[in-house]
Amino acid sequence: MIAQPEPKQAVMARRDAIIAGLRKLVPETGVIGDPLRLKPYETDGLSAYRQVPLAVVLPETTEQVAAVMAFCHREGVRVVPRGAGTSLSGGALPMADSVVVGLMRMNRILDIDYADRCAVVQAGVTNIGITQAVQAEGFFYAPDPSSQLACMIGGNVNMNSGGAHCLRYGVTANNLLGLRMVTVDGEILDIGGAHLDAAGYDWLGLMTGSEGMLAVVTEVTVRILRSPEGARAMLAAFKANEIAGACVDAIIGSGIIPVALEFMDRPAIHACEAFAHAGYPLDAEAMLIIEVEGSIAEQDYMLDRIRDICNRFDPVSIKVSQSAEESLAIWKGRKGAFGAVGRISPDYLCMDGTIPTSRLAEVLGRIGEMSAACGLQVANIFHAGDGNLHPLIMFDANDPSSFHKAERFGADILKLCVEVGGCLTGEHGVGVEKRDLMGVQFSEIELEQQRRVKSAFDPQWLLNPSKVFPLKPELPRAA
Amino acid sequence: MQTNFTDAQLRDPDTSVANQILRTCVHCGFCTATCPTFVLLGDELDSPRGRIYLIKDMLETGRPATEEVVRHIDRCLSCLSCMTTCPSGVHYMHLVDHARTYIEATYTRPLHDRALRAVIAAVLPRPGLLRLALRGAKLARPFARALPRKGVLANRLRALLKLAPASVPPASPIEIPASHPAVGTRRGRVALLAGCAQQVLDPAINEATIRLLTRMGVEVVVADGAGCCGALAHHMGRHDPAMASAAANIAAWSREIDGAGLDAIIVNTSGCGTTVKDYGFMFRGAEPGLRAQAEKIAALTLDISEYLGRIGYAPTRPAPGLTVAYHAACSLQHGQKVVNEPKTLLRKAGFVVKEPADGHLCCGSAGTYNLMQPEIATRLRARKLDTIRATGADLIAAGNIGCMTQLAGDAMPVVHSIELLDWMAGGPAPEGITPKSA
Repeated sequence: MIAQPEPKQAVMARRDAIIAGLRKLVPETGVIGDPLRLKPYETDGLSAYRQVPLAVVLPETTEQVAAVMAFCHREGVRVVPRGAGTSLSGGALPMADSVVVGLMRMNRILDIDYADRCAVVQAGVTNIGITQAVQAEGFFYAPDPSSQLACMIGGNVNMNSGGAHCLRYGVTANNLLGLRMVTVDGEILDIGGAHLDAAGYDWLGLMTGSEGMLAVVTEVTVRILRSPEGARAMLAAFKANEIAGACVDAIIGSGIIPVALEFMDRPAIHACEAFAHAGYPLDAEAMLIIEVEGSIAEQDYMLDRIRDICNRFDPVSIKVSQSAEESLAIWKGRKGAFGAVGRISPDYLCMDGTIPTSRLAEVLGRIGEMSAACGLQVANIFHAGDGNLHPLIMFDANDPSSFHKAERFGADILKLCVEVGGCLTGEHGVGVEKRDLMGVQFSEIELEQQRRVKSAFDPQWLLNPSKVFPLKPELPRAA
Repeated sequence: MQTNFTDAQLRDPDTSVANQILRTCVHCGFCTATCPTFVLLGDELDSPRGRIYLIKDMLETGRPATEEVVRHIDRCLSCLSCMTTCPSGVHYMHLVDHARTYIEATYTRPLHDRALRAVIAAVLPRPGLLRLALRGAKLARPFARALPRKGVLANRLRALLKLAPASVPPASPIEIPASHPAVGTRRGRVALLAGCAQQVLDPAINEATIRLLTRMGVEVVVADGAGCCGALAHHMGRHDPAMASAAANIAAWSREIDGAGLDAIIVNTSGCGTTVKDYGFMFRGAEPGLRAQAEKIAALTLDISEYLGRIGYAPTRPAPGLTVAYHAACSLQHGQKVVNEPKTLLRKAGFVVKEPADGHLCCGSAGTYNLMQPEIATRLRARKLDTIRATGADLIAAGNIGCMTQLAGDAMPVVHSIELLDWMAGGPAPEGITPKSA
């Protein structure tokens, strides 16, 4: 199990009183305190790490969140915010003495302004829920993490989530206009608003990707965009991972920015085809999904140029989607890819390192060698255009030695990413998973400066304190 | 996902199957988003992933089921929307069915709950008793107002009375086992699951099915000895009665297969179809002869829309100028993955077909769910009717009597798709439906 801060005995001893106190703040069904029913809240999308919390509270309004935060602050209780619980880095992993604040009941769209192209939604609205709310009017919300069906916008803000189409449209930070949030002591704050670039310091920039450690986000104002005229996906299949990696670099290097440029290797192609029946090339070692958009003429022009580049890399096959249904199936397979790997392996660890695209071929080759050396299979499915790798290390959680091997393998991959000039995480966040690798990326001085930012918002380190930073015995420290 | 069973636990074949299902789950959480109860209640415990976790814990510890766990498993509609969404291929249906049997064996429900379940299990699958009970309910309806406004029991009784149709049709002659010969040259021979509750609530469905099939040259047998498919008891965790019903059907249809032969077993109530198609799994532990029969019958079973698609349906009347809101029953779209066939047939028959938004979400009927969990069922019904009304359709068509009963009583008429298909191919118009263009 992963190391956690020592539970506060004073809090553990007052468990019943704390639960009774919470019951006064939210509707009856919104507090879970019995051990049996707390169990499903012990983990998120990274189920290898688990810890049953002290209690779960499910507020329905920002005011209720504020009341809960003020109460926990008074009582000295640690708080772990949670959205849909889809984090792949253990961002919502509780601590034994913590109250999990689940925001999934805050799932209403509050306002849509088509004239100024923005929407105000509660933190528990799913990512795809925003697009669904505006698509009839011809709009969409651009960042599209693969878990977009389930993951919630509050979590997207806290992890600065990306997605396949971020190559063209940017990540969450580039599509965010404002936030309503609750501070650790229960104050409600608004930052930004329905306009570009708020006055003063870039608080939005600071909050985005803060992994639930600075405040609890309850409402989000996002930019919505006009849907493109049309889009088409191309499947280009290659004889080796390294060849597909080199092709990605050639496309990006030529100055073409497709809306999406995704990579899948052989194990991933097979697992996803079994789920989505998208007509993926089962005879290839690697495949790229390349999507372009615009008018038919624009699409044709771009696809021709991309096809020319692909042809230089001795492709196994190149196929362009012929219908909306086919495109839908192609993306269904890609978006369900992590889950689909569940068909070929009982468990996986999903890495999230980002590297310069010029190093793709080399890093894919090295990952292959490392996989052979440690005896654990890898499926590669990732946002190739951004150089955002997602090697899925397959292991058997019922075999502890297999899990430890996977953890070590994962750490080696991430160290490699940093070594070639990349970073530990592209879009999943550090969470608990990459916490102890932060020292590979940052010096102790750099880490200390980051801790001071945390301390400025949360001097007692009550808000999600076990994430992002390597645990230190002398924590917490004042700013 | 990691599991924690001992070798001794895994020697139990049912636990072993549960373990395999649990190990397929990677805890990604995609299923939560398309689960009707999670969408309404916003609690992990009322999502498929949460229930899977509760079931896992219950089975691993071997603890008897507790009130807290039962509450959340009971709230599951078994709509199987999660199985459509799951990228990993987790067989949630087999897991939750096993959990229900486990609950039935280890948990004593409150008296009123037990009483209601016993009544439902005894009455619904028996057409004679059900007809009698519905006539009684009709008489009792005016007394619904006398029920206390709050309380689980009062709410359930109110739901029970509300669902009883205003008029109970008399028994149809097709309830009697018989063979209905093909008109003209015979091109096939099928058995029809005449069912239990459906033939009482709406005998027109079986009548239309038989009319259309025989007119298309298919001999239709209502086999002697076949009856309720067992789904009702199965979903309440009543293992033995469910297996007895299924075994009776297997025996009856096997006699037909061995006799004059069967090309297919046709089901026009998709809730039942999902169960009959699962007979192979249900009898996986039976003696080899019975197991083989069960597998054969499961493989022969088709929803009426699948069969019509195969033999080729063509209308004989001009298009009626009506727009139909096609309501996809969960058992059909998620349980059997029959998604396009009914819509294709309705379009072929000359109807304009519209689909409501959030078509993947259950209407709240879910077998006996609307009797057991009236509050959630009522909210889901309202939500479904809102999205159906927004389509601007003239009527609702569905392939499952449960949904039809649940959605009835609103301004829009509700019919079974087969009634529309039969009408356009020469049969009578369904009650209350008239063409617009005529």
